[in-house]
Amino acid sequence: MVSDLSSASVRPEARLQPLGVAECEQFLIHEARLLDEGRFDEWLALFTADAWYWVPSQPNQSSPHDTVSLIYDDRRLLETRVRRLASPRIYSQEPPSRTSRMIGNVTIEDAAPDEAACTVRSKSQIVEFRRDSQRIFAGTCFHRLRRGETGIQIAWKRVDLVNCAGAHEGLVVPF
Amino acid sequence: MIPISGERVRALVQPGRVHRSIYCDEDIFQMELDRIFGSAWIYVGHESQIKAPGDFLATRIGRKPLLLVRDPDGKIQLLHNQCAHRGSMVVASDGGHTSEFRCCYHGWTYHLDGRLKTAPLLHGYPSHFDPKNPDIAMRRVPRVASYRGFVFGSLAEDGPSLEDFLGYMTTSFDDMVDRAPDGELEVAGGTFKHSYKANWKLYLENLCDAAHPLFVHQSSIDAARQQSDEVYSDGSGEIAIRQMRQNGAPYSFWEANVGIWTYPNGHSFLGDYHDDAKLVAALNDPVFRDYVAAMEVKKGKEETKRTLDTRRWNSNVYPNLSFMSQFQQLRVVHPISVNETVVHTYVFRLRGAPARMFQNAISFANIVNGTGSLVLTDDLEIYTRIGLGLASAGSEWLEIGRGYDGDQPDAHGGRRGRNSTSEVYIRNMFDAWLALMTKDSAEPAHAGPRPTSAELMSL
Repeated sequence: MVSDLSSASVRPEARLQPLGVAECEQFLIHEARLLDEGRFDEWLALFTADAWYWVPSQPNQSSPHDTVSLIYDDRRLLETRVRRLASPRIYSQEPPSRTSRMIGNVTIEDAAPDEAACTVRSKSQIVEFRRDSQRIFAGTCFHRLRRGETGIQIAWKRVDLVNCAGAHEGLVVPF
Repeated sequence: MIPISGERVRALVQPGRVHRSIYCDEDIFQMELDRIFGSAWIYVGHESQIKAPGDFLATRIGRKPLLLVRDPDGKIQLLHNQCAHRGSMVVASDGGHTSEFRCCYHGWTYHLDGRLKTAPLLHGYPSHFDPKNPDIAMRRVPRVASYRGFVFGSLAEDGPSLEDFLGYMTTSFDDMVDRAPDGELEVAGGTFKHSYKANWKLYLENLCDAAHPLFVHQSSIDAARQQSDEVYSDGSGEIAIRQMRQNGAPYSFWEANVGIWTYPNGHSFLGDYHDDAKLVAALNDPVFRDYVAAMEVKKGKEETKRTLDTRRWNSNVYPNLSFMSQFQQLRVVHPISVNETVVHTYVFRLRGAPARMFQNAISFANIVNGTGSLVLTDDLEIYTRIGLGLASAGSEWLEIGRGYDGDQPDAHGGRRGRNSTSEVYIRNMFDAWLALMTKDSAEPAHAGPRPTSAELMSL
């Protein structure tokens, strides 16, 4: 449940537990729901103050600094991206996209996860409909999740699309 | 294909306006592939992408798949990526290194210059079949030439030399190369491919348009202006946000401070509009200290200043190449169908420059050329909307007359706009379009003197 993610509902002894798969999965489902419902400000609030969000342009891309990326936002640019999504002058969202996301195959990648943070791998399938056409995106997501004062937060997020190197029309709604 | 008569083509371009069918007529599109992409010099790659003998790169002219190859003698070859046997595409990868090309179908193999090396079961062919016949080959594109590392091909046997075709635009390539302390560029950092559902010509027509950013990019201008600089950035977001803010320069600035220049064969460049010292090396911000120092060591103070003070934004080489010499970006526009276009964009590393320069060029690419850019996505939307709007014949004619009365000669044989927002560069592209499309027809492309705008009103 969404409310279980807030710090108020996390009992002090629970804070000492490592992040579990079920808890992480619920968090990812919550994140996907915020994106599908266009609640981008709430989505932004999930990220830490020094977070980054990355959608590489190449398979197995090792760095966002030596190769171009479909999206590479540090926290400052991520804020600007989200603010633009609310602009009445964002023509690339007129009409707006409608999206539907499925999250699955969630695993924790750390050999020894601690109570503070873990890296979660998941599969994502996103259907986007806009104007008169539908696009399908699929890929692997990596989230670095951290327990913070306000619940679980995203320290970084990487989305590897299977067709990242293909030709795309504009990518406006975040993955 | 039945060619459209020169007379009919000429009727589509009038002073200050063009007919909508130029962007949405299937026959015109086919004729463009034949007449424009079939004869002009078309950019096919950069020499740094095929450095060593055996290196090859998949490329194209129009819709034809080609291979750019460095042969064993170090010579550049441009081959049709097609087997002489059954016509299949020989190389399926984007590039690589090889000693020969081998077709996967029946194993015909080719030298790196396209000549047939051998083929299985040659004894089975009739006596008139000669494997040494130069036409039994991965055939060469008739002409290939390079200007300071930028390689172009032409499908026409005859025509102007590459340098004559480029004319004064060579100075934009010079500007890009001269910014490298070691005098060399190299393609690096991956490729963006973005697409839109509209005609290929719209892309270059937008790139020197100083009048559109305030409207098209308002959402990203506003969002960037409202962004606090106190929020954490690793440097990349800062570049992007500063760039977006610059797009919000007032009309008075765009009109007077930028400059638009055009040259024969359809080429043009827009002066640069960035005046943020964190983006522009000429403005003496400490972030460029190491770069300027590296330049001065190699080229001296005077030459460094001359180079950095050259301030160009997009340089458009007709029909389908555009590059930003100052920011190490290059885009190639590929026509797919009359209303479908794919654009490939590349970043260049300045040899001898500090690593940070390349990192910033990557950040700049993400915001000006990125498929997920906060800026480019609105441009792509505009192109698609033009494609949608043109489905209506509500207006048969599209206006390209802004600044018409202010067109004036340029010192280097071109024409420039009095104001930077002049559409002179679009009119100039259509002069080239008309010349290529009507090349073989009897009447000259332009008949009679140029009418004034007052005379146009009465047409």
